[in-house]
Amino acid sequence: MSWIHTVQTGLLSLLGHRLRSVLTTLGILFGVAAVICTVGIGQASSQSVQARIASLGTNLLTVTPGSSVSGGVFGGAGSADTLTMADARGLASRDNAPDIAAVAPVVQTRGTIVDGTSNWSTTVTGSTPSWLQTNARTIGSGEFLSNQDVSSAAQKVVLGATTASDLGAALGDTVTIHGIAFQVVGVLQPVGGQGFANQDDLAVIPITTAQDELTGPGGVQRILLSATSVDTTGSAYLEAQQLLMQTHGIGGGTADFQITSQSQVLSTAQAVTQTLTILLASVAAISLLVGGIGVMNIMLVSVTERTAEIGLRKALGATPGDLFRQFVIEAAALTGLGGVLGVATGLLVGAVLPRLAGVAMDITLAPVVIALAVAVSVGLVFGVYPAVRAARLAPIEALRAQ
Amino acid sequence: MAEPAVEVGEVAASPESLIQLDRVRKVYGSGPAAVVALDSVSLDVPAGDFLAVMGPSGSGKSTLMHILGCLDSPTTGAYRFGGEDVSRLTESELAYVRNRRIGFVFQQFHLLPRLTAWRNVELPLLYREAGQRREAALHALDQVGLADRVEHRPTEMSGGQQQRVAIARALVTDPDLILADEPTGNLDSGSSYEILAMLRRLNQDGRTVVLITHDAEIARTANRVVRMLDGNVVGGHSPADALLLVPPPGHPPADGPEGGGTAGR
Repeated sequence: MSWIHTVQTGLLSLLGHRLRSVLTTLGILFGVAAVICTVGIGQASSQSVQARIASLGTNLLTVTPGSSVSGGVFGGAGSADTLTMADARGLASRDNAPDIAAVAPVVQTRGTIVDGTSNWSTTVTGSTPSWLQTNARTIGSGEFLSNQDVSSAAQKVVLGATTASDLGAALGDTVTIHGIAFQVVGVLQPVGGQGFANQDDLAVIPITTAQDELTGPGGVQRILLSATSVDTTGSAYLEAQQLLMQTHGIGGGTADFQITSQSQVLSTAQAVTQTLTILLASVAAISLLVGGIGVMNIMLVSVTERTAEIGLRKALGATPGDLFRQFVIEAAALTGLGGVLGVATGLLVGAVLPRLAGVAMDITLAPVVIALAVAVSVGLVFGVYPAVRAARLAPIEALRAQ
Repeated sequence: MAEPAVEVGEVAASPESLIQLDRVRKVYGSGPAAVVALDSVSLDVPAGDFLAVMGPSGSGKSTLMHILGCLDSPTTGAYRFGGEDVSRLTESELAYVRNRRIGFVFQQFHLLPRLTAWRNVELPLLYREAGQRREAALHALDQVGLADRVEHRPTEMSGGQQQRVAIARALVTDPDLILADEPTGNLDSGSSYEILAMLRRLNQDGRTVVLITHDAEIARTANRVVRMLDGNVVGGHSPADALLLVPPPGHPPADGPEGGGTAGR
């Protein structure tokens, strides 16, 4: 039998069972659409996470204290109190660390800011003028804290854009934090939502003032370092490491601090989003597999139902190969159609969902092609067994069936 | 029981024979569950013959029909069709023989309900490289007197008309043999008469026809009749004697054992 007639016969039989064909197709349709959508969402979120982290600057290094052990209780990373203002001053020395451009010691606490009748709870950061540079931020209006403010422990505050607008605070206003009066001297340029935390909702005060009034004297929670360029981040890391080992008097033992670079965070985040994408796509792929089993099921029903027809075709001269091809083509047509409709559905969801739900989707060619190819292969693979059953039916048994 | 009256070599040597069965045996299953459907059947059908194979159900006539139609292969023994040994062909080779040389007419018609009359008739031509299929199908339908029903579906036709479509389908490939298995089993007497007359006419036009039936009246249409019992051919007779062959229930036929195994030639 020629291919044209084999295809014609297969399609005619599918048309003869329209509802059944459509329902079988749905399984494949949803599988393909799910694969395309989940991979699209995964890629979009991976890209946005990468963009966010990259915007922080890849030449940023963060020094955090090591873990504390008090009375046998392991306090966890960052819980120790080993970093000091002296460490920050040492790192800032151009002679000791030529590749470090800026050093910003940081203490942080939650605090409620009160401006007249309105109040706002936010993160209060105590730091130095270098904070702007290490965080890659700029001042929107007014001015940032000065070295003078730090050395005199001035009661001045710089607010994030969100904080300022929600509080209704203007430049020159006096606000209170934990009952202490601060003068608003500047508002930061907004940077937009940053996912994990809103980077525009914060308050920055001199680190000396914070230590005196809020967090207690001496300790530094973190030291932010910015290398002179992206290329010197590696040597800046080594310089900071060496210097701190020296000043903390650690020979070859375990360091009581940790230095992490932004690129480490970036690769970790990449790995996490990739894993999530693979996980989601696997679930979608399983639904595609289930759709394939549905195709096999319906093809088996079809073979059983058409036993008499198969017998007749054999009596009229159809070879086992003719019947095998006919049933495989029917299965492939079902999944191929489901695949094409699935791609259409996936693209439609990709166009509509971002507008309705604000979920970013980034649909690329590769998952579309792969999902379609997998759908058709699923049809071929799951169509083979029913087709073999049809081909192997003995003509006399099949003729007796009616 | 009855053994063939002719020697094997003699059968094979006959050049004008279309069908030659030589001690064909067919056993279904194996071991203690084995069922002997055909014991040892030898049969010789010359080209142009109109033979009726008669017998009660369980006599092996259906199995014989399957083997004659190349739908099944004998367990032992030889089957020569048009001089070619077809008893050891593969399934695909048998499909080729069925398609080129045999036209089937079944009791249940076996038309595909979704296809129109001419599409049904066209079916066997799809399994070979044939051009002008519509013309051939229309010509065959014309031969069975259904030129005005070509676009009708089986459900829109009477039983007799459906069987005529089936005969047209058997004719369309211009086969050497028409094999009709109880062709009137599902028809009223009027339609039955029509179908039998049609088979008769096809035979008069020179085609070999083998008719399988349990009905002696029907068997009389043929030129000659062989009778089957318990997997063996037990007698060959002229159609006029066919009625006499029907044994009373529970009794073996009087002329069974001593009748010649192969039909008279």
